[in-house]
Amino acid sequence: MAKITAGVATSHVPAIGAAVDLGKQNEPYWAPVFAGYEYSKKWIAEQKPDVILLVYNDHATAFSMDLIPTFAVGCAESFSPADEGWGPRPVPTVQGHPRLAAHICQSVIQQDFDLTIVNKMDVDHGLTVPLSLLFGQPEEWPCKIIPIAVNVVLYPPPSGSRCYALGKALRKAVESFDEDLNVQIWGTGGMSHQIQGPRAGLINQDFDNAFLERLVYDPDGLAKVPHIDYVREAGSEGIELVMWLIMRGALNTEVEQKHRFYHVPASNTAVGHLILENTD
Amino acid sequence: MSLHKPYDDVPGTTIFDADMGRLGYHLNQFCMSLMKAENRERFKAGERAYLDEWPMSEEQKQALLARDYNRMMKLGGNIYFLAKLFSTDGLSFQQAVSTMTGMSQEEYAQMMLNGGRSPEGNRYLSERAVGQEEQ
Repeated sequence: MAKITAGVATSHVPAIGAAVDLGKQNEPYWAPVFAGYEYSKKWIAEQKPDVILLVYNDHATAFSMDLIPTFAVGCAESFSPADEGWGPRPVPTVQGHPRLAAHICQSVIQQDFDLTIVNKMDVDHGLTVPLSLLFGQPEEWPCKIIPIAVNVVLYPPPSGSRCYALGKALRKAVESFDEDLNVQIWGTGGMSHQIQGPRAGLINQDFDNAFLERLVYDPDGLAKVPHIDYVREAGSEGIELVMWLIMRGALNTEVEQKHRFYHVPASNTAVGHLILENTD
Repeated sequence: MSLHKPYDDVPGTTIFDADMGRLGYHLNQFCMSLMKAENRERFKAGERAYLDEWPMSEEQKQALLARDYNRMMKLGGNIYFLAKLFSTDGLSFQQAVSTMTGMSQEEYAQMMLNGGRSPEGNRYLSERAVGQEEQ
């Protein structure tokens, strides 16, 4: 039987991807960011997940204004890195797990979530930057990845409580899959940031640190926070944080926090990172 | 019934909702076209001619030609779509975003190094910290 063993949360700032691709990890600006992932790289090498359910948002890449699914599951064999306007990132093609993805869609839709099934899409920095942070620059990504794209671009995104409930449905789906698989779930995006308008550059360290704390120890309460609180307190793009609740919903109520990291700034944003394990 | 918009009183912020999405449809779809290298080349070779292929308003086209990102946002642009435009121009997110703040790029970068813009005074229009210059 497949099992979700751990969850990872991390920001997916595009400039972090550019820093990796251009070899800037040791520059004074970037070194403190990457130092926060040293533990994580060792941890994931030991964990050896077979499959990662990678929750992220598409940044007007695969989905234009023509089609905006709230929750979309990538069911393809593979997903190419997208050209976001400066050419594709030089990272490996993402290999999917079509059989588990199809099983997840069948199970989760029957748990009353109206997922969109995607059989062809490119993946942008929202998905590839977290992989670079945890795995570095390998020739191939060392496991299969099922992209789960959440709309947080066209307001309103799904509510925190809906995201949290989706996590629980994903867990049920994974646990009813007939193959022995070590599955992780990652929630990405955030933390506080606003990248538009005169209020751009907003960073709310108090909000961010409270969010990290509550995500670990009070997810039920955190899931009830309304959108307007994210917008007002964490910036218009800080609302990406609802995606972390999908990850958290797929884990046990009580988890072991293995790692926590917070840093300001990376480009326009705060960087947050958590590693949580399900204890038996 | 019109949309309920509790976010209208957040200063210096345009929320990209269904109304803005309708307003900016062609502007944003133009931006999407810049994800192809051959379209970027055609756009660079003649911006106005390329823009005229899209049924945008003249105001949108002027904002775009002037790279006035605040104006583009007010006319329905969304930052993730507009990213295709400033990437075509060779600008990073931080460089492009700084142009919306009334600060120089260096001042903005320094603000971020200092911990970013504080939420204090920036939560409600009534506090008028960054809201002042645009109201």
